[in-house]
Amino acid sequence: MTEAATTDIAVLLSIGRHPVSGRARRAATDAQALEMALSLRPQRLTAIHAGAAADAEALRDYLGMGLKRLTLLVLPEGSDPVEPLIAHLRRLAPSLVLTGRQAEDGEGSGMLPYLIARGLDAAVVPDVVRVGPADTSDATPGKSAIVQALPRGQRRALSVTGRFVATVHPSAASARASAFGPARRGVIEPVTVEATADLFLSECEHRPWRPKPRLMRVKRGGSALDRLKAATESKSGMGQLLVNPTAEAGALAIYDSLVEQGMLP
Amino acid sequence: MIATALTTVVLAVLAIGAALAVWQSRRWLAGRPAAVGVVAGLRALPGRYLVDVHHVVGRTPFNARFHALVAGGFLAALALLVAMGVAFGGSRALWLLLAVVLAVMLAGALMVRYRRRVLRPRELSQGRFARLPLSLLGFSGCLLLVALDQALGGVMPEALALVLVAAAGVALSDLVWGVWKGPLKHAVHGALHLAFHPRPARFHDGAGRDTGLKPLPLAPADETEPGTLGVERPVDFAWNRLLGFDACVQCGRCETACPAYAAGLPLNPKKLVQDLVAAMDGQASDAAYAGNPHPGRGVGKAHGGAALPLVGYDAMIHPDTLWSCTTCRACVQECPMMIEHVDAVVDLRRFQTLELGATPGKAAVMLEELRATDNPGGRALTRRWDWAADLSLPRLAAGGSCDMLLWVGDGAFDLRVQRSLRALVVLLRRAGVDFAVLGEEELDCGDVARRLGDEATFQSLATRNVATLNARRLNRIVTADPHALHTLRNEYPAFGGSWTVVHHTALLLDLITAGALTVTKPVGRSVTFHDPCYLGRYNGEIEAPRALLDAIGVERREMLRAGLRSSCCGGGGGAPLTDVSGERRIPDVRMEHARETGASLVAVACPNCALMLEGVVGPRPEVAEIAELVLAATETTR
Repeated sequence: MTEAATTDIAVLLSIGRHPVSGRARRAATDAQALEMALSLRPQRLTAIHAGAAADAEALRDYLGMGLKRLTLLVLPEGSDPVEPLIAHLRRLAPSLVLTGRQAEDGEGSGMLPYLIARGLDAAVVPDVVRVGPADTSDATPGKSAIVQALPRGQRRALSVTGRFVATVHPSAASARASAFGPARRGVIEPVTVEATADLFLSECEHRPWRPKPRLMRVKRGGSALDRLKAATESKSGMGQLLVNPTAEAGALAIYDSLVEQGMLP
Repeated sequence: MIATALTTVVLAVLAIGAALAVWQSRRWLAGRPAAVGVVAGLRALPGRYLVDVHHVVGRTPFNARFHALVAGGFLAALALLVAMGVAFGGSRALWLLLAVVLAVMLAGALMVRYRRRVLRPRELSQGRFARLPLSLLGFSGCLLLVALDQALGGVMPEALALVLVAAAGVALSDLVWGVWKGPLKHAVHGALHLAFHPRPARFHDGAGRDTGLKPLPLAPADETEPGTLGVERPVDFAWNRLLGFDACVQCGRCETACPAYAAGLPLNPKKLVQDLVAAMDGQASDAAYAGNPHPGRGVGKAHGGAALPLVGYDAMIHPDTLWSCTTCRACVQECPMMIEHVDAVVDLRRFQTLELGATPGKAAVMLEELRATDNPGGRALTRRWDWAADLSLPRLAAGGSCDMLLWVGDGAFDLRVQRSLRALVVLLRRAGVDFAVLGEEELDCGDVARRLGDEATFQSLATRNVATLNARRLNRIVTADPHALHTLRNEYPAFGGSWTVVHHTALLLDLITAGALTVTKPVGRSVTFHDPCYLGRYNGEIEAPRALLDAIGVERREMLRAGLRSSCCGGGGGAPLTDVSGERRIPDVRMEHARETGASLVAVACPNCALMLEGVVGPRPEVAEIAELVLAATETTR
């Protein structure tokens, strides 16, 4: 009998950034992916991070969840982690690769699981909230039962045969707390790998994220739904875009807008 | 003949008792090593007993009297009997003296019987303790007859005398058997515990108060064998801590004082200590415990052992019990055996948090945010000052100096607490105090993280806060948060920080006394003051807030439990985060105490108390921070 996919798991763990302080920490959905992997109690669990060694201390947050060891594929600053990860995973040949849906730092495009799956010639199941071995009554060996999150809280049951890459949805079981003692004792095993520079990322401009400005509208009357929409929806193309305005021009535009909305006389 | 029989019986029983005590000591000597001044401790023992223990026992005068009579009479009788047997023989004067001390003991034993059989306080344990009056009466009564008879020349038939001696011997052996597992265990272990106490500074021969938690060394002492942090099994406690638990006499004073027990949360401090005592045995269960259980949890289901984990769903201590504690120290304040319950709770929590990551509920979320942002809400540190945007508070930069630094604490993120902070700032301005704030460099003080057992996060915060403060010259720090006060004053010195830290109630009192603030509109309402645990019990400051309230002209009423014996609001020790449910909420219980006074307003002096007590549903007395009352009372007339 072929073993179920959940007996040999690799988890890809990135370094997250706290949205407020910007401090390196465990990434939220990656930690949930590790939680999912740990609670499946696989025969082999490999945790892998690919990146520069600078922030590696933040990886101890994952060790504090009960991992004994974690493989660090040491890449030079600014290189693309996809190829080294594919090469490493080919050697390991796990039956299931779990990871978060999107990195909190770097490019953060959410493409990595797809690229990895293509490199491994495996399926991708995005936004998974639960993975388990299929019912024993099912004759197909190596089949996994999966629950996938859909928008608006809907769920879809899937079954997947063979090896696959799954990304974990934020509504999956929350990650266990990271404890200081195991984090301190856990071992980070650095592996030097060859990597190519990420040309796309090096061309990008890095800017701190800030919420998209939204035009406030005072709207009275109408149904409750109308007022809720008016308060929460942003309508594009209705404002006035000023690029690098002078202080006077900016203040005048704000003043005019406030007058227009009846907030000022 | 009688004298020989008597002394033989007494000496034999005492020898057996000593052997039992030595055998028993193996249990607590199995703990981790502890640095203890043995000679100094033994020398300080009588003083600590006569001053510190009596100070606690004397709070219930009836108990103090019967204890003095019984213990004094018993020890004097034993000493006389041994002396008669070993050296002096049975002169009639000695027999008479023996009769006197036995009569004293008998009087005390009758009082013990009255308390246990007639008064029957519900916090007393039964079981082996139920036999105590009988044993005391049997020993003192039988021997009194023999001693009187001998003093009169021996008119009693010898056979009857021997029967009486035998009966007294049986009673004595029951008492001495109690040295091993029973009531009299507290005599031997209590004395040793006083001598080898883990906090010698708490006694009158030390500083008189020692409440700060001790730092846990995080770096492994020995690289080859990294030990675990905190206490997992009984043997992970220091030996003198185990000795302290073994000193418990199950009087139940902690039980009556515990706010969690009063609210029906699954914590009874007496049972907690007895769980620890029982767990020192190889194969342990709580089946022999005969007191009140942890509310909502029966007795007899817990199992453990000296080398088995203490905390777990089937272990000696249920996690809910551990996380119910508000670290208010009411149990420590009441304990006549000077047991340090809160230290034990924090030691156990340290293992749960640092090794297992088993901090329950929202507490784990809070700790993660705290590590990432240095404040429990995960907010930007600049936002701590949002409430003061229009106050233009002077920021104290590194290298700068000021007379007074205002430490606002994490309450500054809360809308309710911001009101009282604004009141305090306006008062300081009105009184012309030169003060400054740290601005973004003020981090959480680490109080809650430490009480939740996260020593690593606490030490990280403490080290950085101490470095920030030491980079500035300041005369004193004022804070409205007793938790920050306690941490800065009593726990940061271990990390190299040493400043004068004052609570705002003491400062405001000084300002009124010095005339910098003038009371123009006396409050004139009936007010009851709720003592914050971390100001009262932890720091002994119960006078200043009351004097301040008197100065602003309130009609002050005292709750039944006030001052050092005040009852917790439920907001300490991370209890609002661990959020263990009980029959009631702790603040509801406390508000009930306030209602009983009939006061129309509860004055609080701590942001946690303000939030907890204001969360009680009405109708209830109004809740006001003391600074808000002072602000209203010193309003300058225009």
